[in-house]
Amino acid sequence: MAEHLLEVRNLSVQFHTAGGTVHAVRNINWHLDRGETLAILGESGSGKSVSASAIMNLIDMPPGEITSGEVIFAGKNLLAMSDDERRAINGKRIAMIFQDPLSHLNPVFTVGWQIIEVMRIHGIAPDAARARALDLLKRVGIPEPETAMRKYPHQFSGGQRQRLMIAMALALKPDIVIADEPTTALDVTVQAEVLALLGELQKETGLGLLLITHDLGVVADIADRVVVMNAGEIVETGTPDEVYHNPKHPYTRKLISAAPGRGEMHEPNATGEPLLKVENLCKSYGSFKVLKGVSFTLQPGETMAVVGESGSGKSTLARALLRLDEADSGHAYWKGRDLLKMPAKELYRLRRQMQMVFQDPTQSLNPRMTVYQLISEAWVIHPEILPKPQWRPRVEELLTQVGLSPAHAERYPHQFSGGQRQRIAIARALALRPELIVCDEAVSALDVSIQAQVIALLDKLRRELGIAFIFIAHDLPVVRDFADHVMVMQAGECVEIGTVRQIFENPQRDYTRRLLDAGLDPDPRVQAARRMPKVQAGLEVG
Amino acid sequence: MGKKMMRRIVSSFFSLVALVVMVFFLSRLTGDPAALFLPIDATQEMLDQFRELHGLNDPLIQQFGRYVWDVLQLDFGDSIRKARPAIDVVLESFTWTLQLALITIALVTALAITIGSVAAFRPAGLFDRFVSLVSLIGASAPDFWIAIVGIVVFSITFGWVPTSGTGTVWHWILPVAVLFIRPFGLILQVVRGSMLTAFGSAYVKTARAKGVGNRSIIFVHTLRNAMLPVITVIGDQAAAMLNGAVVVETIFGFPGVGKLMIDSILQRDFNVILAAIMVTALAIFVMNLLIDIAYTLLDPRLRT
Repeated sequence: MAEHLLEVRNLSVQFHTAGGTVHAVRNINWHLDRGETLAILGESGSGKSVSASAIMNLIDMPPGEITSGEVIFAGKNLLAMSDDERRAINGKRIAMIFQDPLSHLNPVFTVGWQIIEVMRIHGIAPDAARARALDLLKRVGIPEPETAMRKYPHQFSGGQRQRLMIAMALALKPDIVIADEPTTALDVTVQAEVLALLGELQKETGLGLLLITHDLGVVADIADRVVVMNAGEIVETGTPDEVYHNPKHPYTRKLISAAPGRGEMHEPNATGEPLLKVENLCKSYGSFKVLKGVSFTLQPGETMAVVGESGSGKSTLARALLRLDEADSGHAYWKGRDLLKMPAKELYRLRRQMQMVFQDPTQSLNPRMTVYQLISEAWVIHPEILPKPQWRPRVEELLTQVGLSPAHAERYPHQFSGGQRQRIAIARALALRPELIVCDEAVSALDVSIQAQVIALLDKLRRELGIAFIFIAHDLPVVRDFADHVMVMQAGECVEIGTVRQIFENPQRDYTRRLLDAGLDPDPRVQAARRMPKVQAGLEVG
Repeated sequence: MGKKMMRRIVSSFFSLVALVVMVFFLSRLTGDPAALFLPIDATQEMLDQFRELHGLNDPLIQQFGRYVWDVLQLDFGDSIRKARPAIDVVLESFTWTLQLALITIALVTALAITIGSVAAFRPAGLFDRFVSLVSLIGASAPDFWIAIVGIVVFSITFGWVPTSGTGTVWHWILPVAVLFIRPFGLILQVVRGSMLTAFGSAYVKTARAKGVGNRSIIFVHTLRNAMLPVITVIGDQAAAMLNGAVVVETIFGFPGVGKLMIDSILQRDFNVILAAIMVTALAIFVMNLLIDIAYTLLDPRLRT
C-alpha cells in the first residue's frame, strides 16, 4: 500500500473536566492523500475538529489527553515529536485556516505583518517574505495589495478576511491545509467564492485539503471523500455521492434527511385585515442608510421570511418594528394603529403581543435565572395576564409545549444543550400569548438535526396557536420549508417580495437568482450541475 | 483620532473650570478665612486688617472674579505661611511627588506586566500560585503598616536606609518600595486576568498553527491585546499617586504635594490648597490624555 500524505491511526482523545471525563474521539482512523479533499462531517460535539487539533498540537493538555494513536506525516509520528519539531512543521508543511477569520486574525497587527510573520519564523528573509506576501494577496483576490498590507483585519470584509487567512496558510506552500468550517461565518455568495478559491488553489499546488464542516452542501461542493463522525466515532466513510445516495449508518441517514429545503412549499391564501402593515420604513445610523423605505404586509398566522446577506438591514428592520431602535420615518400599522407613533404606555401593552427570539440563546437567556424565573418573568412585568398561583402550572405547560419536561423548570440555562436553550427562549416568548414572534436567525446557530426539530416546533405552534412570524434568516433552504412569503433584502432595500413559491421557483430579480444559485445543495449530483456555470463565472471574474 | 483628542481636551477644560468654581466656594463655605486663619484670640482690629489686606470685604462674586482672573494668569496669590507665591510652593512639592510617582509606576508597570504575563501562561502552575499569593498580600496590605514595619526593620534594626527625609538615593528606597507594593499587586492581578483571556483567544490558536514560539505568543501576540484594561488601571494608580501619596509622604517626611496639602489644610493656607488642587487636577488631566493616546496606539480599531 502506498504511503498516504497524512494518516491518523487509532486516535483517542479525552478531556478531563469538572463534570467527568469526556471521550472526544475514540479510535478514529482516516487518511489524506496528495491533491485530495477529505471532508470530516459532523455536528457540534461529534469530535470532528479534534483530530485536526491533535495534528496541529492545539489540544491543551491538561485538560486534554491523547490516550492512544498516532498521526503519521512524512513517515514520522507527529504525536511523538518535541514541541520544537512540531512548530517547525506547523505553518510550513501543514497550515490551518479557521471558522471565524475576524477573531482568528490578531486585531492589533497589520495583515501584512501577520502574513510575513509566518514566513519569518520559518526562516525566509524579510524582503522575500514581503514580496511573497504581496503575490499571495494578489492571488487570493485582495484589491490594492500594497495598501492592504498596511491595513488591520477589522478594515476588511468577512470574505476578504477569510481570503487573508488563506493567503497566510498558503505562504510556505504547505503539503496540507486544514480548513475548520472555513465558510460557516460567511454569506452564501461569499461562501461560494471562498470554496471556489480553495478548489483552484488546490489544483494549482496539489496540496491535500482537510475540510472540517457540518454542512452537507460544502461536502457536496468540493469533497472527494467524506468521513462522517458522530459522538467521537467515525460512522461512515465514502465518496460524497455514495454517502448521500446510499447512506449505510442510521446517523448518516438522519443527518441527510434533516437537511432542509426539500419539504412542501406553503401556499398562503389569507385575506382580510392584515396584522401588520409596514410602509416605507427608513432608518439611518449617522449618514449610513440601513433601511431605505421598506414596505410589506403580514396577515395573522402567516410567516414572512426576511432574507439577505449580512449588512442588508434584516435585523435593523426587526429592531425598528419592535421599537428597540426608533425608525427615522415610515409607518407600521399593527391592526390599523401605527405602532411607530404609539405613546409609551400603549406600546408597553402592545409589547406582549410581539415577542422576539434571538440567534444565540446562550446570550439571550440570563445565566443566573432558572428556567422557571426566565419564563415567569414576563408575568412579573405584565401581572394582569396571569395570577401568581397559576404561574407554576403554566410554566410546566409551556415547557411541555416546546418539547421539554416540567422537571426542567428549576434548572439553569447552562445545563441545557443549544437546541434545548432555544426551546426555552421560545417558551419564554410564548408566555405572553403573542400574536407575532420575530425570529432573528433563531435556528442559524443550531446543528442541522436540532434545527429541523426547532423548525418543526415553530411550525406546530403556528398551526395550533395561529401565531404569525417574521423569520429573519440567511439560510434559504430553511426559509423555503418554513415561510409563506419571502422578502429579499439588499443594502437596506426590498429587492423582491412574493410567496415562497414565486421566489424559489420563479425569481424575477438578478440578485435573488444569484442568492439562490450561491446556495449549496446537499446532493453532490445537483451541486455538481449547479457548480459548472459558477466556476465559469468565477473564471471570468478572476 | 485628532478630533477625538480635541473633544477630550475641550471637555477637560470645562471640568477644570468647574473645579475652580467648586474649590473656591467650598473653601469659603468652611468659614470666614480671617477667623480661621488668625489665632482664636485675635482682636477685631487684626481681623479687619486681615480682611482689608486680602480683599475679603468685597462682595463674594467680586472676590471670585478676581480669583479667576488671577488664576488665568497662573497667579494663585501668596502662601500666607511661607510668604511666597503659592504656585511656587506647590510646584516645588509637586516635582518631588512627580519623581516619586514616575519611578514607582515605571517599576510597577515593568515588573507587573512581565511577571503577570508569565504567570498567566501556565495558570495554576507553581509560579502562578506563588505570584498570585504574593500579589494578593501586596494588594491588601495597608501602606501605613508596611511603611512603619519597613522603617523598623530596614532603618532601625539593620540601619541600611534612612528613616525619613530626602537627600541621597538611599532616601528614596523605602518610600518607593512602600508605594510600589499595592499598585504592583493590583496591576499584576489585572495583567494576569487580561492575559488569561487573551491566551484563550482565537488568534493565539492561529499563531500556534503558524508555528509561533511561546515567547512570541506571550510578548508579541497577546501582550498588546491584553494591555487595554491594564493601562486603565495603571492610569488610575498613577493618578492616585500624583494626588500626593499622603500617607507615605507624611510617614517618610517626604516633601511632596500630598504632605503639602495636609499641612496647608491644617494651617488654613487656602491659596496653597487651591493651587495644589489645580496643579494635581491638571496633572491628572494630562495623564488621562496620555492614556487615551496609548489606547489608540495599542488598538488600531479605536483609531477610526
